[in-house]
Amino acid sequence: MHIPDGYLSPSTCATMYVASSGFWWQALRRTRRQMLGRALPRLALMAAYCFVVMLFNLPLPGGTTGHALGVGIAAIVLGPWGGMLAVSLALTIQALFFGDGGITTLGANCFNMAIAGSLAAWGIYHLLSMGAGANSKRRLVAAGLAGYASINLAALLAAVELGIQPMLFHDAAGAPLYAPYPLHVAIPAMMAGHLTIAGVAEALMTAGLFAYLRRSEPALLGLEKDDVAPRTPRGLWGGLALLMLLAPLGILAGGAAWGEWAPRDFDDPAARAQIVAASGNVAAPTAAPTGLARLSGVWTAPLPDYAPHFVKSAGFGYFLSAIFGVGIILGVVWLVQLLAGRRGEGVAATAEERER
Amino acid sequence: MSAHPVATTLKGFSQALARTLVSEDAAHASGLLQGIDPRAKLVGMMSLVVAAALAHRVETLLELLAVGVGLAVVSQVSLWSLARRVWLVAFVFSFMIAAPAMFLTPGAVLWQWGVLVITANGVHTAVLLVLRVEAAVTLSTLLVLTTPWMWLLKALRTLRVPVEVIALLAMTHRYVVLLAETANQMFESRQSRMVGKLKGHEQRHVMINTGGVLLSKTMALGDEVYMAMLARGFRGEVRLLTEFRMKASDWLAVMLLLAVAAAAIVAGR
Repeated sequence: MHIPDGYLSPSTCATMYVASSGFWWQALRRTRRQMLGRALPRLALMAAYCFVVMLFNLPLPGGTTGHALGVGIAAIVLGPWGGMLAVSLALTIQALFFGDGGITTLGANCFNMAIAGSLAAWGIYHLLSMGAGANSKRRLVAAGLAGYASINLAALLAAVELGIQPMLFHDAAGAPLYAPYPLHVAIPAMMAGHLTIAGVAEALMTAGLFAYLRRSEPALLGLEKDDVAPRTPRGLWGGLALLMLLAPLGILAGGAAWGEWAPRDFDDPAARAQIVAASGNVAAPTAAPTGLARLSGVWTAPLPDYAPHFVKSAGFGYFLSAIFGVGIILGVVWLVQLLAGRRGEGVAATAEERER
Repeated sequence: MSAHPVATTLKGFSQALARTLVSEDAAHASGLLQGIDPRAKLVGMMSLVVAAALAHRVETLLELLAVGVGLAVVSQVSLWSLARRVWLVAFVFSFMIAAPAMFLTPGAVLWQWGVLVITANGVHTAVLLVLRVEAAVTLSTLLVLTTPWMWLLKALRTLRVPVEVIALLAMTHRYVVLLAETANQMFESRQSRMVGKLKGHEQRHVMINTGGVLLSKTMALGDEVYMAMLARGFRGEVRLLTEFRMKASDWLAVMLLLAVAAAAIVAGR
């Protein structure tokens, strides 16, 4: 994922340096005050730690090995701004001394791994652990998922940057001047390894280190009190209930949403007039396109148009659909947490063994 | 029992790390690049790296690579170690990625064997990519090899890098070797207390535990370093001693390097 010199065009490199500079400036601004204190050596040592942890080749289930970047744990311990500075420093040392990642591409590499990675890891950890107790399994799962998401987002960004090169930069004969593979090759090639091996390594490492720190140094994670009672995010639930009550407002909006037309709408003159008006007065076809007509009947939804057939009132039908939809989503999330929580216990055992 | 694979990797790497990060033999040799003011060298060599990134012609990249080889020779940088540590690694890595492009890029057919087709465009793309990586890595490695790390950091101030970032980079560089060595010792001490082979998940537990303990040690070390900084009078301001002075020869060197870079940018379009 460390893009070397020569794979990205200078204009892409410059763009990525500019994009990263904004975040670096903001990160320095936010941490400058703390650097009067112990943040300076802590950031530097965390950067050195990220560098060293990248050398840990973690044996993975299935017999392969993968190494973590340390972005997840850096962002959780130092926050998104400190995390992005620490990982950027580690990447700079790698590029300067080991040629792992280029100098012209340092802006892009830092943007992908340090900046986007830290923000994603920190955001996901806090979102998923919102209201969870200090010792809750949910925090452990949140840390693992934060690591998994951060490395995969970084890989996706790198793949997109590499994949747009042949489209934008080629010679007169059409030969690519920089990275030669288009998006449809670059994205699957990059993501295959990261969604499976590297992502799992980062998730296991982040969750394992989180479990260790929670037991031995909870203060580093901002979890000083062991007995924090799980807080219910009441505001969130209240907001959700209000939105469900307001769901019938949807029927006030006339016509179909753009691009959500049914095949029969193309035959109905009133519906056709709405399609034309909503599409910048571009004439609509006189009949439904054949592919659209053929594929639209592949799946029949149990509650078509948010209107259960047994409910007469459209408003009440909308309200019932909202409850049904929210219920399904909460059920799936609960199931994922349950399954992930069981797996997370295995990782938590790591820290327990260490103490023994 | 056989050595833990991770411990072996880490041991090899921490030795290589120490060699690369700490040894500044080439930086103190009396060669051409070593005699140039670090700021002039940083600006000059970086402009050559940018020229390599901009070059669209194979001939220009070969010329830039030749400039790199020439500078290495007159700066007493061993070509053998450059070939082993830089050219070979860069070639293997970039060729692995560039090779499929020879088959996948559409264009005039150069060679065909069944469904396998190598095109002229594909070969051109692959050669361009490999040469650009080689040229850029050679030039940036020469900059790092011929400049003591602390001087390079001070020179970064000319590029308006904030002083805090320079202090952080200096400190990170100093402790990478120590932390790698600490991790290595932890694996060795664990290994000396074990009999038999560990299963996959047990190895994973050892790794994560070691990582956790190393993180605790890192944080504790951070606090110790802070106390040491306070004891030496740190009051939240980072100051760098800069005693660089540009001589006429430094101006000449930077002008020459910039002229070569400009010529390469024009010729390489």
